[in-house]
Amino acid sequence: MSGSLLPPFAPFLIAALLALVVPGRFRPMLLLLAPVGGAINLWALSEGGGLETELMGYRLELFRADSLSFLFGILFHIAAFLGGLFAFKIQDRLQVASALVYVASALGFVFAGDFITLFIAFEGMTIASTGLVLARRTPMATSVSLRYFGVQAGAGLLFLAGALLLIEETGSSHFGQIGLDSLGGILIFVAFGIKCGFPGVHTWLTEAYPVSTPTGAVFLSAFTTKAAVYALARGFPGEEPLIYIGTAMAVFPIFYAVIENDLRRVLCYSMINQLGFMVVGIGLGTTLALNGAVAHAFADVLFKGLLLMTMGAVLHQTGKINGSELGGLYRSMPLTTGLCIVGAASISAFPLFSGFVTKSMIMAAAAEQGYSVVWYLLLFASAGVFHHAGIKIPFFAFFAHDSGLRPRDPSWNMLGAMALGAGLCLAIGIHPAPLYALLPYPVDYLPYTLPHVIAQLQLLFFSALAFAWLKMTGLYPPELRSIIIDADWLLRRAVLPGVRGFAGIMIRLAAGAERAGERPARGLLSQIFRVHGPEGVFGRTWLTGNTVLWIAALLGLYLIIYYT
Amino acid sequence: MINKEFRSQSRALKRAFWIFFTLCTGLLLADLLYDKHAILKPEAWFGFYGFYGFIACVVLVLVAKELRKLVMRKENYYDER
Repeated sequence: MSGSLLPPFAPFLIAALLALVVPGRFRPMLLLLAPVGGAINLWALSEGGGLETELMGYRLELFRADSLSFLFGILFHIAAFLGGLFAFKIQDRLQVASALVYVASALGFVFAGDFITLFIAFEGMTIASTGLVLARRTPMATSVSLRYFGVQAGAGLLFLAGALLLIEETGSSHFGQIGLDSLGGILIFVAFGIKCGFPGVHTWLTEAYPVSTPTGAVFLSAFTTKAAVYALARGFPGEEPLIYIGTAMAVFPIFYAVIENDLRRVLCYSMINQLGFMVVGIGLGTTLALNGAVAHAFADVLFKGLLLMTMGAVLHQTGKINGSELGGLYRSMPLTTGLCIVGAASISAFPLFSGFVTKSMIMAAAAEQGYSVVWYLLLFASAGVFHHAGIKIPFFAFFAHDSGLRPRDPSWNMLGAMALGAGLCLAIGIHPAPLYALLPYPVDYLPYTLPHVIAQLQLLFFSALAFAWLKMTGLYPPELRSIIIDADWLLRRAVLPGVRGFAGIMIRLAAGAERAGERPARGLLSQIFRVHGPEGVFGRTWLTGNTVLWIAALLGLYLIIYYT
Repeated sequence: MINKEFRSQSRALKRAFWIFFTLCTGLLLADLLYDKHAILKPEAWFGFYGFYGFIACVVLVLVAKELRKLVMRKENYYDER
């Protein structure tokens, strides 16, 4: 126990409380002070053991220091700093406080050693992230945030039910490897799966993130899904279903990403695609695969954050984000264009960029363990991610046909955050050793071998060749003003109208019952009125003598009954 | 096969395309120069990654184009009711 130190979430929580009371112009400072203070605190904590407290007889482990938690802790501090710098001009109380509570909850989540702490952090993330979606303050954002909250809170309930079953069964609230052998384990698995964007329950992500503010999306992208990856890696490593779920996650979104028009939504689909790789890695469960999964989570937060920042900058400067309305922005936003290309190269796993040194660990593990079909599908997804995130995003935003828009590069703080993110993507790609040293298991993997570099370059160049060929021949589908329906159609067109219809029927039934019951009810009321009303038997003023007489009669009756 | 839009592009862009095609060819030929240590058998085939990447992307785009017919709606689809 390290005496005067705080658990990692505390600096952010304190900053969030301050954000509620300080004047607006000081709020952005808190966004930067919290991660810096938090990092110093975390560094000091790394020397000591854990932090514990007690609640209703259960031990709460607020700080569990092991390499897995620690890696995500460092990652979340970096992401919070980059997001804070990007949002440095934001004074909105709701956004700043939500962002800080959100980071605090995510840190509470990855350092929690027991189910109760985990649940509190889980719910904290739900509430704070809903605040970030709501902060766009459009009617659309309001209705989306309600659906978003419903899904997240539902996942929270599943987690709670599962955790209670497990605590009941084992008598311990410790959060370690769970497995899928019990109902409680399965419920928790599904809860984490919803947060991670498993296929079919992923639409909260693709629906909510693109309607949040330019800065909100940057925060949102970093925490919820990566916390879920952490939780799956902790609770369910080596569970085979994860391999197939992850493969589906890696493959299906790329089709959507090709035809989606909203460029931030394209990035959301590619986020699910990248999460798929991580989930496969966790499912494979070997030390190489798990290392790959968490390393890729680290790289993904940085390059996805960078890409969302560049698209956020475009949205911020132009008010537009649809591919069909953008194009030609490289002329007036050269710096943003360059930084976006760094992000695109990183997510595409170009040699010397971060994705190259992390994703390949997962691919290698899949091949080594003989999952050849999975490997072919992941390779397909790798080519696809280059196609839609690597080429489509920069191409349709900054090149393609000239939209006539001439926005300037964004403010210094946005450029600074993007430049820092891009620098980290390159640093990890060029010199992966420091990241490898943070991984939970010793790393015995060399990313830079001649065959690997040539193979990856071939894959990427020929994917680009396919794009060029399809563009030249006019086979490539143009960006169209449209929306693409996904599994959320079921929720919005079948389940919610069903619930609404059911509620309508119940209301009508209730109204009918009221009408049917009206006459007897009126009769009853008038009867009560006749007896108890001003003119009623019980409404009259009685003489004291009468009352004494009545009491005497009652007592007499009582005596007779008692003695007979 | 090459459409009008491309033929009207600037000379600089066309030159960039030719450089790109040359690079692609170079990468393909590079496959002859080193020993592959493939885990899965097809990895050792000549130009496997290049051909796989090209075919994957063409299939991806053509399938996605068909998918559009199934899932694309007007922008106000959810507001109608």
